[in-house]
Formats: sequence, structure tokens, C-alpha cells
Amino acid sequence: MPLLSLITYAPIVGVAAILALRLFGRADDPKTVNSAKWIALVTTLATFALSVLLVVQFNPADNGFQFVEEAPWFAGFSYRMGVDGISVLFVLLTTFLMPICIAASWNSITKRVLEYMIAFLLLETLVTGVFCALDIVVFYIFFEFGLVPMFLIIGIWGGARRVYAAFKFFLYTLLGSVLMLAAILFMISTAHTSSIPELMSHHFAPAIQTWLFLAFFASFAVKMPMWPVHTWLPDAHVEAPTAGSVFLAGILLKMGGYGFMRFCLPMFPAASHLFTPLVFALSMIAVVYTSLVAFRQTDIKKLIAYSSVAHMGFVTMGIFSGNATGEQGAIFQMLSHGVISGALFLCVGVVYDRMHTREIAFYGGLVTRMPLYAAVFMLFTMGNVGLPGTSGFIGEILTMTGTYGVSTWAAIVAATGVILSAVYALSLYRAVIFGTITNPKLSDILDLDWREIAIFAPLIASTLYLGVYPASVFNLTQASVDHLVAAYQAAIGG
Amino acid sequence: MDPKLLVTVILFGPLVGALTAGLFGKKLGDTVSMAVTTGFLMLSAVLSWVVFSSWTWGGLEPFTLTYLPFIQVGDFISNWSFRLDGLSAVMLVVVTTVSSLVHLYSWGYMAEDPARPRFFAYLSLFTFAMLALISAADFMQLFFGWEGVGLASYLLIGFWHHKPTANAASIKAFVVNRVGDFGFALGIMTVFWSLHTIQFAEIFPLVAAHANDSWLFAGQHWRLMDLACALLFVGAMGKSAQFFLHTWLPDAMEGPTPVSALIHAATMVTAGVYMVCLLSPMFEYAPVAKHIVVIIGAITSLFAATVGMTQNDIKRVIAYSTCSQLGYMFMAAGVGAYQASMFHLFTHAFFKALLFLGAGSVIHAMAHEQDMRRYGGLAKYLPVTFWVMTFGTIAITGLGIPGLEIGFAGFYSKDSIIHAAYAAGLAGDPLGYFAFVVGVFVALLTAFYSWRVAFFTFNGKARWTSEDLEHHWHNRDHAHDGAHDDTHAHADAAHAETHSEPDHGEHGHLPHESPWTMRLPLILLSLGAIFAGFAFHEKFIGAEQIEFWKGAIFTGAGNHVLAEHELPLLIEQAPLIAGVIGLLIAAYVYLLKPGLGAKLAAQNGPLYVFFYNKWFFDELYQATFVRLAKFLGDLFWKGGDQKIIDGLGPDGVSAVSLQIGKGAGRFQTGFLYHYAFVMLVGVAAILSYALWAWNV
Repeated sequence: MPLLSLITYAPIVGVAAILALRLFGRADDPKTVNSAKWIALVTTLATFALSVLLVVQFNPADNGFQFVEEAPWFAGFSYRMGVDGISVLFVLLTTFLMPICIAASWNSITKRVLEYMIAFLLLETLVTGVFCALDIVVFYIFFEFGLVPMFLIIGIWGGARRVYAAFKFFLYTLLGSVLMLAAILFMISTAHTSSIPELMSHHFAPAIQTWLFLAFFASFAVKMPMWPVHTWLPDAHVEAPTAGSVFLAGILLKMGGYGFMRFCLPMFPAASHLFTPLVFALSMIAVVYTSLVAFRQTDIKKLIAYSSVAHMGFVTMGIFSGNATGEQGAIFQMLSHGVISGALFLCVGVVYDRMHTREIAFYGGLVTRMPLYAAVFMLFTMGNVGLPGTSGFIGEILTMTGTYGVSTWAAIVAATGVILSAVYALSLYRAVIFGTITNPKLSDILDLDWREIAIFAPLIASTLYLGVYPASVFNLTQASVDHLVAAYQAAIGG
Repeated sequence: MDPKLLVTVILFGPLVGALTAGLFGKKLGDTVSMAVTTGFLMLSAVLSWVVFSSWTWGGLEPFTLTYLPFIQVGDFISNWSFRLDGLSAVMLVVVTTVSSLVHLYSWGYMAEDPARPRFFAYLSLFTFAMLALISAADFMQLFFGWEGVGLASYLLIGFWHHKPTANAASIKAFVVNRVGDFGFALGIMTVFWSLHTIQFAEIFPLVAAHANDSWLFAGQHWRLMDLACALLFVGAMGKSAQFFLHTWLPDAMEGPTPVSALIHAATMVTAGVYMVCLLSPMFEYAPVAKHIVVIIGAITSLFAATVGMTQNDIKRVIAYSTCSQLGYMFMAAGVGAYQASMFHLFTHAFFKALLFLGAGSVIHAMAHEQDMRRYGGLAKYLPVTFWVMTFGTIAITGLGIPGLEIGFAGFYSKDSIIHAAYAAGLAGDPLGYFAFVVGVFVALLTAFYSWRVAFFTFNGKARWTSEDLEHHWHNRDHAHDGAHDDTHAHADAAHAETHSEPDHGEHGHLPHESPWTMRLPLILLSLGAIFAGFAFHEKFIGAEQIEFWKGAIFTGAGNHVLAEHELPLLIEQAPLIAGVIGLLIAAYVYLLKPGLGAKLAAQNGPLYVFFYNKWFFDELYQATFVRLAKFLGDLFWKGGDQKIIDGLGPDGVSAVSLQIGKGAGRFQTGFLYHYAFVMLVGVAAILSYALWAWNV
């Protein structure tokens, strides 16, 4: 059974069903709209069930690619899919967050609901494809087309400055992509293969590696995003609808980190080693700079967006540390950040849906009216500051430890991020939740309803489970990470 | 019973209680929530004493019980486990005893608070985290407990979240502790990369062989063990509120008083001391780090005592007292007298919890007035509180009978620290004499400020009127801590009318003794304050210490600071003499010449102003770190992101095309941004080059 293709294209079934609905009914008929929502939810839940099956069947002892599918395609290219310990959990994360995104949009999206659901389902297919692709051309297609639904989600269902934000997002990411495409074409012509596993074992000359690395780096650095190409992210988040932000922070940012681990480290080890100081320097700046910027924000979503950039700084440091501690930490940090930042954007969505503003100054004293919400927000705030017991801690301490093994300076600077994250996250929490309600508009705001509780429950469970028992992740990732690290260290003579 | 089962129940009982009250408190109701949490804590306390007894008298041997893997990445291996040894056995009884008494006390103190289930859930959660901290077998579980107690502290300081001051204090506590954790984390990483393990049992045997290794950190070569221990000590400084990182502790008094007693006096703040003692096998090979510990401890004890003398808020005085006593513990650890350090930790837990809860009883009686200038003459209204506070004061000031060697708790533990410091001096460590001198002088200050509290509160004329109390009760707005209720006030009104005294008017409110739930913990703790030193000094620091600690504390080959020394009589009795002098001065100022203290304060001498304003630390940090963070945040955001990066990036692209279209001449500003952009790129390039060139 081609499980990976099944997971990747299952959402297309939902797309087809909604299109059929559109053909036979009127788009603005409440019944049709409601059916479309249910179709999307059921489809994404089924996809999630399939990927749980994938993880259960995954053999953690095998350090190679599993569930490999291969079929000849056009012009000598092949359609290849497969997952290893590095990618399998990203498939799970993607399919896990998708039903949450659909459920989060249930009431807040009122215009063009059918198209909205279709956009999300397509997004799921494309992003899952990115993590499953074992052919560099297939990867590129998924990677680039993934932009389109996200661009539409921001541009159509976003806030007031949505067009500006969408174009900024598009410009930035496109710039990187063009360079990556050129590099891919060059690689195929030199190595005479487009298969990712074969490219991993191909030795590119060091001088060539440098150029190829820079081309891939341009694309992935924008996606992460790394300083100084991060400024599209706060704008994109602020304008995106809640679910768009959840998916953007939860999954799309991870494509950059995944790319570094899948392409840069194994295919261009010498160049990766050469550019490690650059990556560390940019990451160090990102951690301190964006944390301080986050501290001064007046918009809740922007604050969380900037905190994402800081957290991704830990990831890039962990990846380029080139040791198992750092790599495991980076993978874990990406998974954990997917859950926690997704949840934080949902927390913003809860009050935005009620009050239609994200100004921090508008709020204050919510705990008196919304004790349950206050508790949920507290948990994820603590996850965001990396409190031990939440998943946020594991990734932070491991990436920092991995970094220390390469550069103590970088670890020192990264560790200041641990102080600064407490400053901005707790200040935000205090301003929004604590105190007394002084704004009369908040005097009858309602606490979480059952739909919202159901959305938060799996995120709460994951944050705590991964925080207390991270071994469940390391068991799956260990073999592949060890393989990656061993190959990388051998290549750089470390 | 199997000790492994016992410790497991001790550890997880409070967690079950916390989850029950925290998740289902609303459904179960206040009483059930309180009963469940208090019940589990009582169970833990009883079982802890069972474990401690069989440890001390029953020949129980150390063991480590492993529950589950936590983090396992290469050599970075941590497990959820319970490590029982001499240190954790002592901490078990300290933590669960004080915690269970504080739970009980809170039935009375928090009786009118609408959010009691939440309060009790937090208290129990704290206890669980503290137990996880003391029972850790590796650095990661230690760090889990370490930050877990920090979370509980944050939640409890800000428990009355309608008070802006409480919210500010809670953030301050968390952030300052994070500064400490910054060093702590780097210390852990240093240990990991040098010894390739984070398990205590694996680290300690490696220390001797690697202590002198050269280690590259931040571009410098360091002696490995000194570096590691110094970094770890930064964590201890944060948690134990030592000089430079102390500013959060006095502000933490914004939390309810039971919290101050449990977390900010008896247990959490001692975690730093505990860590240093636990890591004695490392610190014994780190002479420079030990000197840092002595110096910081001594400065802290002196600093906090000077500030404590001048404060008027009863809780703040006791908070500074805690800070100062923690300084003593670090002095002891720094000179190598870890046993004396742990002994003082043990006795301090009883008498300091007693003093805080006693203060809480006074505050409760005085309708949440905390300013001692509005107390006075309370002994006859609060007889139980008066006596237990007096016992606590005798204990902290270390009074005893010289020659017979019988005294209250502090007499044994504090004196042993001061003597050990002198012994370290004799052994050739000049800082030993330094610690001795500071220790004796601070003993005098300790006696002064402690008796000042006692006399100021309980003796002399009443500086309050029943109208004040009434005013307080009827103005319980949100500015006050809300633990009172109208029913309470009415009961008091009735009470006052039957017992009204002429000098307070017909309808006056009078201070009244606290309910039994509050009195009983006070009485039990005062037993500890009286007897803990006498009962255990042979075990902790005396002839039986080897059998008692069973290897949990390591002392290097040349370390004999705790051995019996023939000290000159004056040296021997110096702490006691200092304590008596402090007592006499306090008695003169506050008993014989009432009003003299206020007069001295009113003169506003420079030293008084300096002490009263806490050496201006808050102002200094505000003017530097806080302002710098805000300034840089704005600079990076508005200057860096908006003007430079966006100005050149996406916005710049469209702006340039616009300019070309218009032919407009706004070239100048554009020029500036390009220049700034080149600078930014240059900074990144230089930084990368530096990292590459130094290969660090």
C-alpha cells in the first residue's frame, strides 16, 4: 500500500468533494457551507489517522528511508516518496495541526468558505509532499506550490493590509526559490540524478558546494526565517487569519529547517561547515534582536511572530552544530514550536474572534472573566519560555547544548534568549490576562466554549507529553540523526 | 514498608493533590480541595519522617529509584528518578513538614479568599516540584525541579493578580531567576561537554582526574572545575537571592504570607544552598569557585542585614533576614563546611517559617496592616503569637547557655558556621577570617533587627487605634490583599463589643488571636525552633556526621573545618556576645527609649538613606538593564526592521520603482538606508569572521 501517497493526496479527495458540492449547490447556501466544513474536517482527521498509522508502522531501528515509492515520471525523472526518522514526525505534525486549523476557522471565516477549505486541503497535500518527497524535482514542486495556497489564504481571508503582507511574503520566498531552482538544475546536470538519496551520496566539489549551499541557503533562510530576512513573517502573521498563522508558524517555518537537514548538511557538508560561523552569527543576532523587538510590540500577534523568529534561531544553531545533541534538539524544537506557537496563535484568535482587535492595550484583566482561557494561555506561555515539563524546554536545552559543543560564545548568546523570552512572554501575559478589567467592552466577554476546548485539548496534551516524555520522539529520530551526524562528521573530517 | 514505595508516595502525593484541586477544585468545592491537598501533604510529611528516622537511626542505605527515561540523546542521558541520600533525606523532612504546616495554616489565613482551591493547588504543585528538585539524580531533573519551583513561586507571588504590584513582583522573580538559570544552564553544558555525562553518580568519580583540565570558554582558558562550579553557582545565586540577584526576594513578599514562609524562607530559596552541598564533590576541587561562594555569601549576609535594620514592613524585614541567613549558609559551604551549611538550612527552615507565619498571624490580626510603625503593644492581644515569635527570635539570634552548650536552634547551627569560618582561617585560607569577622558582625545586626521586630510589634504602646482596624476592614478594596471578608469583620465587631476596653472606645475593633489552624502550625514550628539544634547537632555536624551523611557530602583531604578545634574563648563565644549586644541595643532603642528609632530615622543620615533604599539596587537595574532593553528593542524594531531591512527589501524595491516613475529627488534618505544596510551586513560579516577565526 503506497501509504505516503495516500496521506499526501487524501486531502485531494476532500477538495473533489467540496468541488462537487459547489457544482450541485449554491456557494452561499448555509447548508453547503456547513457540509464543506464537515468534509474538510473529516478529510483532515482521516489523513491524520493515516499518518498515525505511518508512525506506528515506522521502524525506528532503520536509519534509511522507509515506505519508499518509486515510479518513472517524465523526461527521465522519477516520482519518489519515502520518509526517514527526520521527516516522519513532520508528516505527523502537519496532519495533526490541519484538523485544528479547520476547526479554528469554523465560525471566524464567513466569506468564500468553500474556497477557504479547498485552499487548506491543497496546502496540506503540498506540505506533506515536501516532507515525503525523495526526488529533488518533486520536492521543488511541492515546496514552491505550497506558497500559492498560503499566499491566497493571507491575501483573500486576511486583515486590512493583507495584500501588502501577501506580496511581501511572496517576494521574499520567491527570491530564495529562484536561486534554489538554479542550484537544483545544476545538481541534476552534474550528478545525473534527481534522487535525493543518490544526491546525498554524491560528492560535489567543495568550491561548487559553496555556491549550491548559498542558493539553498537563500531559500531556506527566508522560510525559517533567519535574521535579516525575517521581516515578512510579522506582517504575514498579523494579516493572516488565525488558522493561517497556526499553519504558517506550525508547519511552513519548519520547511526551512527540514531543508537544511535534508539538503545542506548531507549534500554540501564542506560548505555547511564553512558557513557555520555565518549561520551562528545570524542566529545569535536573531535570538537577541528579535527577542528585544518582541518585548516592545503592541500587537499580540506581532509579539508572538517575533518570538517565533527567536525560537527558530535556536533551531538553526542546533542544526549547524553538526552533533547529535544539536540535531535532535533542532528537530524537537521544530516539533515543539509547531505545537506551542500554533497554540499561542489560537490563543490570540480566541480574543480576536470576540473583540476584533489584537492591541495589547485593549485587553487586561481577562482572568476575571475567562479563567479557563487564562489557564490555557499560561500553559502555552510557559511552553514558549521553555519551562521544563513543557516541550519547549527540551528543544531549547538540547540545541543550546549542541551549540556549546561547537562555539561557547554562541551558546552564551543563545542562553540570553532564555532570559529575554521570559521578559516578553510574561509581560504580554500580564498585560492581557492579569489585573482588573478596565475596558468596559470586556465586561461581558465569554470564556472558552466547547469547540475551543476541543481545539486546545490535543495541543495541551502534546505540549505536556512531549515535555515529560520526549524519549518517545528521540526513539524515532535517533537512528536517522546518528546516520546524518556520522556522515557529516566524516565528510568534514571531524 | 519498602522505602522505595514510601518515597514514591511522598513525591507524587502532592502532585495528585495539586491536580485534583487545580482541575476539579470548582466542582469539588473549597473544603474538599483543601482537605485533599492538605491530606496528601500530611501523608507525605509523616512518611518523610518515617524515611528520615530509618535513615538516621535505622540503617537505611542510599538508593536511586528510576521511574522513566526523560531525555536520552547520546551521552545526554537523564531519567525521572528518586535519589535518596543524606541530603535528600534531610530535605524531605524540611520540605514536607513546613509545607504541610503551611497548608494547614492557610485554612485559617486564606479562609475568606474566593480562590482557595487554586491557592492550595499551587502550594501542592510547588511541593511536588521541590521534591523533584531534591530527589534528582541528574542535572536535568534538578533543572526541572529548579524551574518548577520557580513557576510555583511566580504563580503564588502573583496570586492576587488584581494587584499590579504583585504582578510586577512575580515577573521580576521569574526573570531574575532566569538570569541565574542562564549561568546554571551554561554550567550544565560545561559539565556535559567536559565529562560527557549529566548524571551525578557518574560525574563525581571523574572530578578529581579532570578538575585541572584547561577549558576554553568565551575565548578564554579556564580551570575546568572552577569554571563549571562558578557557572553553576550563578544559578544558586538567583534561586537563593544572593547579592546582585537578590532584588526579587523582598518584592516576592507581595504574595500571601503562607507562601512567603514556605517558598521564600524555608524551602525554595534554600535550593541554591542545597545544590552547592550536593555538588560538594565538585566544589571541593574548585578553590576559586569556593572563594566566590564565600565572598558572595558574606556580602549578601551583610548587605541584607543592613537593609533589614531599616525596613518598616514586617515581612520585608523577615525577607531581608532570610537573604542574610542564606548568605551564612553560602559562607559555610564556601569554606567547606557543607554539613554546617545544611544544618543551618535545616534549623533555619523551622525558625524562619515560624517567624513568617507568626508575622502572618500579626498581619491577620491587624487587618492586613504590615507597617510595624502601626503596631505596638500586641503581646496581650496575641499571646500565642507573641510567645512563638519570641522563640523564633531567640532561635535566629542564636541564644544559648555557654558552657552547658544548650541553646535554641540557631545557637548550634549559626555558631558552627562562624567557628568553621575561623577554622578555615586557621588552616590558611584568609577568606576564612574574613567570613568569620563578617559572620560575627552580622550576628550582631541579626540580633538587632530581629529583636527590633519583636519589640516594635509586641511591646511598648499601641501605635494603632481600633478606628484604624475598622477603617482597614471596611476599606478592603482591591488595594489590599482581599483575604478578609465582611462576615469576618462582623464577627470581630461582635467580639470587640463584648470585650471592649475603655481606651479603644465602645465600638472599637481589637486585634484577636488567630484560629487553631494557624496556632497549631506555629506551636509545632516553635518546637522545631527550640529543639532542632539540640536534637540533631551531633548527627549533622558532630561526632555522628559520617554515619549520618553516608557519603552524600564530600570533603577534600585537607578540609578539617568541622573538626573539634581549640578556639580561644573570645572567638568561641564571639557569636553569642554579638547576639547579646544586638539584643541590648534593640532593647535600648525600642524598649527603654521608645521613639528613638523613629528619631534616628527622621534624621535621614546618608547611611540610613542608603540602607533604607536597599543600596539603590532597584534604581540601578531600572536605569541600566530595563532601560537598555527597551531602548534596543525600539531601535531594532523601528530602526532595524522597519527602516533598514524593509526600507531596502520589499518596500525599497517598490519605493525605488516609484521614485524612478516620479523622478523625485528623495535620494538622500534612501542613501542613508543603503549605508545603514551595508553596516548591518558588515556587522554580520565581522561576527562570522570572528567566530571562524577564533574557532570557538
